[in-house]
Amino acid sequence: MFDIERWQEIFDTIRKNKLRTFLTGVSVASGIFILVILLGFGQGMQNGIEAEFKTDAATSIWVWPRRTTMEYKGLNPGRRIQLRNKDYEVIANDLGVDYQKASILYFPNNIRILYNNDVITYELAGTTPDLQTIENEYLSEGRYVNQTDMDTKAKVAVISNKIKREVFQDLDSPLGEYLNISGVGFKIVGVFGEVGEDEDEEERIFIPLTTAQLVFNGGDKINNLNYMLPEKATIEETVASSEAFVKDIKKYLHEEHGVAPEDERAIRVWNPIEEAKRYYALTGNIKFFFWFVGICTIIAGVVGVSNIMMIVVKERTREIGIRKALGAKPWGIISMILHEAIFVTAISGFTGLILSMGLLELIGPNIEIDYVLNPSVNFQVAFTTVIVLIVAGTIAGFFPAWRAVRVHTIDALRDE
Amino acid sequence: MIEIKDLHKSYKMGSNSLHVLKGINFSCEAGELVAIMGSSGSGKSTLLNILGMLDEADSGSYTLDGVPIKNLSETKAAQYRNKFLGFVFQSFNLINYKSALENVALPLYYQKVARKERQEKSLQYLERVGLKEWATHLPSELSGGQKQRVAIARAMAAEPKVLLADEPTGALDSKTSYEVMDLIQKINDEGNTILVVTHEPDIAEMCKRVIHLKDGVIVEDKQVEQVRAAQYVQ
Repeated sequence: MFDIERWQEIFDTIRKNKLRTFLTGVSVASGIFILVILLGFGQGMQNGIEAEFKTDAATSIWVWPRRTTMEYKGLNPGRRIQLRNKDYEVIANDLGVDYQKASILYFPNNIRILYNNDVITYELAGTTPDLQTIENEYLSEGRYVNQTDMDTKAKVAVISNKIKREVFQDLDSPLGEYLNISGVGFKIVGVFGEVGEDEDEEERIFIPLTTAQLVFNGGDKINNLNYMLPEKATIEETVASSEAFVKDIKKYLHEEHGVAPEDERAIRVWNPIEEAKRYYALTGNIKFFFWFVGICTIIAGVVGVSNIMMIVVKERTREIGIRKALGAKPWGIISMILHEAIFVTAISGFTGLILSMGLLELIGPNIEIDYVLNPSVNFQVAFTTVIVLIVAGTIAGFFPAWRAVRVHTIDALRDE
Repeated sequence: MIEIKDLHKSYKMGSNSLHVLKGINFSCEAGELVAIMGSSGSGKSTLLNILGMLDEADSGSYTLDGVPIKNLSETKAAQYRNKFLGFVFQSFNLINYKSALENVALPLYYQKVARKERQEKSLQYLERVGLKEWATHLPSELSGGQKQRVAIARAMAAEPKVLLADEPTGALDSKTSYEVMDLIQKINDEGNTILVVTHEPDIAEMCKRVIHLKDGVIVEDKQVEQVRAAQYVQ
């Protein structure tokens, strides 16, 4: 392998057969190049779709009540269901379900929000601290509703970036300003933003749930329950656990509120991961397709290399005969041909790899197409592909070389 | 140097078997220059191939410089060829992408001679055949006679015990043929053993001993008065 004489012999051969070497090299390099680019874009699409689902925590679950649509245990259909604090507590303590975060939303009715005696029209919601995580909100200024606010029923409010832009454009910071909500002053302590710029949810002003229920006569009424479940190793497991969770809490809520078990419309549950799963399946299919095309490309490359090797060996039959007459050993000839094949495929394979990865590195981060984000490729996968191609090229070269060596020296020398 | 006893060889041609050599007995001392003659199909090339270990006899014994040549593996045969034999072919058999010098150096490569020494030695042999200035030329840039001289230099570079020439002048005009034979005679004068297969009587006369093959047996084996090729060469 590290026989310098052998290398010199091989370099001589390569130097003097430029076209042959070039063609082999191009077919290998282009195979690798196309594969890496395809895989890169497959990854890019996956990244893009994942990014689209980052707006809310991927494993969040949203529960809100509607009216019943079925008669059940003597209760008429069309009855409005009202969730209460107790539901939250029972789910938390008595059902034995597993979740990471939970929060509540309560929307007070008939309220009026004033700032500097001007009416502003945004949605007011009482909530708990964990909503920030579940909604995937970030803080631009100040802080979010916290547990102390909850315990002390503090009169504080957190507003969105959008409200800050629209209402407090003259101020450096809205922190410390007061909102008059139906006659009660709420101090602004924080400004939040939605990851993914969801304008609807940026309409909201959040205050502590306990304050909202106390000040606006909510009692123990709540409107929404929100949960975030732990992520499992695979999306399938995550989906399965979220479906089990939904089933458990639905069962409880149906019983508690006298809803027919088959009444799907009385208590609504939105489980975005089920939708995400469809997209993940789609990206899975796209990736599979790209792999398929890529592997076909590689196979075409391997066939190309084999073809060239076969022609090369055929063309060199006479030379092989001469070398044998001059004292070359059969294995010496085979290994010389293979050595050359491996060298050429390796050099061109890695050239293709470096070129394509360089291209992805260069243009990848600048690509702005919907559902394609930062196409990139796993180096190990690409590297393995090059190795596979080299091995295939070697095997492809071995058989014609073997056959050529088996040809009788005399016949080889007569070969025109 | 060469000792052959009762050599038989037949080829299978489809269902027929063609008996080419039918019991050859032949021996040759070091320093001889032997012409093997015969019409086409007489078995002279087959004999040379067996002598050159490019082919194997069906029966009989063959001893080269005291070494019995029998049941050789490909690898062993390659070793022996490299050590004992130099080949000169009718169609030259130079490697067309290698220069004259590299062609001459090739057997030395298989003898594992270092590159530098290889080149010096090859150049020396090219000089002996009068082609030193042509060292960097490819075979396609050489005339037929020059190609054959490169081939002879290549055969000699390995310093073989026996030089086997299969119709070395077959593809050359008579003037060039004499030049090549002049070279072969000079090499023989230095004490090298040479076997030349030919069907041209004038070439055979330039050897010291002539063997006639007919239908696979030796019909005549005589010493001849050597005609020097130099007198035909200006």
